[in-house]
Amino acid sequence: MSSIITPSESESHVTSYPKFIGRSLWLATEGSFAFYAWMTMLTALFLVGANAWANQVAGGMIGTNMTDQVSWGLYIANFTFMVGLAAGGVMMVIPAYLYHDRKMHDVVIIGELLAIAAIVMCLLFVVADLGRPDRFWHMLPIIGKFNWPISMLTWDVIVLNGYLLLNLHICGYLLYMRFLGRKPNPTWYIPFVMLSIVWAISIHTVTAFLYCGLGGRPFWNTALLAPRFLASAFVSGPAFIIVSMVLIKRLTGVGGLDQPIATLTKIIRVTILVNLLMVASELFTEFYTGGSHVSAAKYLFFGLHGKTALVPWTWTAIGLNVTAALLFLWPGLLRFRWRPLLVTACVMAFVGAWIEKGMGLIIPGFVPSTLHEIVEYVPSQLEWKVTVGIWAFGLMVFTIAIKTALPTLKHPAEHSR
Amino acid sequence: MTTTETPQKPSLPIVENFTRRAAVKGAFATLGAGAFVAAISPLRQAARNSSAAEFMQTHYSELSPEQKADVIARLEAEAKEKYDADVTIADDRPIPGTKFVYAINLSVCNGNGKCVEACHKENNHDRDTNQSYIRVIEMPKGTMDMEKGSTTYTGAVPKDDKFYLPVQCQQCDEPPCVDVCPVKATWKEEDGIVVVDYNWCIGCRYCEAACPYHARRFNWKKPEVPAKEVNPDQSYLSNRIRPVGVVEKCTYCLHRTRRGKLPACLEACPTGARVFGNILDPKSNIRWILENKRVYILKEELGTKPAFFYYFD
Repeated sequence: MSSIITPSESESHVTSYPKFIGRSLWLATEGSFAFYAWMTMLTALFLVGANAWANQVAGGMIGTNMTDQVSWGLYIANFTFMVGLAAGGVMMVIPAYLYHDRKMHDVVIIGELLAIAAIVMCLLFVVADLGRPDRFWHMLPIIGKFNWPISMLTWDVIVLNGYLLLNLHICGYLLYMRFLGRKPNPTWYIPFVMLSIVWAISIHTVTAFLYCGLGGRPFWNTALLAPRFLASAFVSGPAFIIVSMVLIKRLTGVGGLDQPIATLTKIIRVTILVNLLMVASELFTEFYTGGSHVSAAKYLFFGLHGKTALVPWTWTAIGLNVTAALLFLWPGLLRFRWRPLLVTACVMAFVGAWIEKGMGLIIPGFVPSTLHEIVEYVPSQLEWKVTVGIWAFGLMVFTIAIKTALPTLKHPAEHSR
Repeated sequence: MTTTETPQKPSLPIVENFTRRAAVKGAFATLGAGAFVAAISPLRQAARNSSAAEFMQTHYSELSPEQKADVIARLEAEAKEKYDADVTIADDRPIPGTKFVYAINLSVCNGNGKCVEACHKENNHDRDTNQSYIRVIEMPKGTMDMEKGSTTYTGAVPKDDKFYLPVQCQQCDEPPCVDVCPVKATWKEEDGIVVVDYNWCIGCRYCEAACPYHARRFNWKKPEVPAKEVNPDQSYLSNRIRPVGVVEKCTYCLHRTRRGKLPACLEACPTGARVFGNILDPKSNIRWILENKRVYILKEELGTKPAFFYYFD
């Protein structure tokens, strides 16, 4: 027996909205054995991370391998990358709404749900990096002391939370209308969708300004940082979404995903080259000009005074990025029988961007230090545990969100916009 | 109002055996919540180390005189409880008409490191990590490129082919560290000293990233100082023993200098390379040096306008 919940037209939103949330959560926790195994694994990893973080708070951040010289490490590296992933989700929205791509309309919500999961991870990474998370409230406007507009970090708090709310509203509204069986009213979401395009760019620009506004850190002090951030975000975001869509198609039988996959692949073809071009421009300026500003770049690529901890990371990233770029340039990549190759290319581009934004950008900003000491940094086991825990939590949020949206993805025509 | 049950398109289907599934899901949710509580149980230990009063404490600038007295009494009691040390914590305020500046005679400094040691003791730094606000760079003669220098030099000093460059907080007039702080936990006082409210800092370390002089330090662990080595003459914004997880910095020993004494690093310097004083006082020694010697500042191109000068004879 299968019953059907049919909310009446006159029912107040006050009662039907919680009902919608409840039903969605109920549905999101229904699934096959594989789904439960996946969620159990993520829960276990999340618990390991939570435990590691609790130990870090109890014992002080001495458990990390960060130092006064390298005062930001794996957490801020991941934070920076996740901001990019969140911004990259907008690459679903732009073709759909600016170029009126009908096929994209049906699946645009995947990018928005990714943005929600990525922003949640960003916030968790920031909290993990705080020496005094118990004083988190000092950062809240009005009840705390908000150093706005001078501190770039307060700008980041505003744009990240704003982006989270925007996406929660858009996804929440579309799914809720679907639950009510009504056609979404464009005035309630189209303006927000347009705003989210500008906003997505702002989150990564502001995050780049966090670093490039620091005069004492020549490695970051470049005007190209924000454009570079955006270019790599528009690689990693679509790459993640392509892999998700391939999986969704396989696991749930949702149709109509091939054309969006093709659109995103075409986007990556351009952005991955733009990104490589910008990296090359920066390297030219650094190495051809020389002088003392080149030390951080030298350390990153070749090592400095015998210290080479980042060299393997860098060359791995370069190898992955260049190989992925070549694969994306190959026209045959979009053929169905080459799907595994497309997924491989996406994974390579994704990991390449992760290294480039993290170990390849945050850490060399601190090496050599402002007094030109070379203190190396390799993340500790505790940092890895916390990081894996946050990633697991983010994937849980994303999985649940996608499951919530599945009925909409399966029958898109019913509420075609 | 009529409630019309119009046959609508199916919304979300409800699966069979609702109650049995609900029970199983409820059981797993409970299990998960329990496991989560167990995983974060170390937080209880952290919570024991800080009181509700500390959690609720407002920003230094918002404390009334009575609240300040309460806070200081609490901090003194904590020092007794945690470090077994009888300390007095004052709230030294800037003296009107004072702007402190520091100068170092590089012709005289011989890199003996007594300043580093004195700072460590005066400011109640963690003994294990051997922290200090001062770093002395040993530099080859003929260059100002710090990359060619070393802060970890050993052996007898001074070496013939080297000179020595002590670096500490430059108390900039345009401090990048103050600009970036998201919660205004650090600011510049009227006498030119940049301070931190250790009870307001959230430990994001953005200031550490912003400082071009490596002048800020983070408390990666709870500072350990043996009871008999604790310097009991303390000030709220200066050398009181810092909490774990916050940033700290050189304050030109404001607990001494605002009481008419000299910084500990200056008193400890055996060569007389260090000069400290009020630049607004026309008759001061420091004023004479700045007017008559060949003076320069570090990283002038960054526009931070340090109140810390280097000169040669």
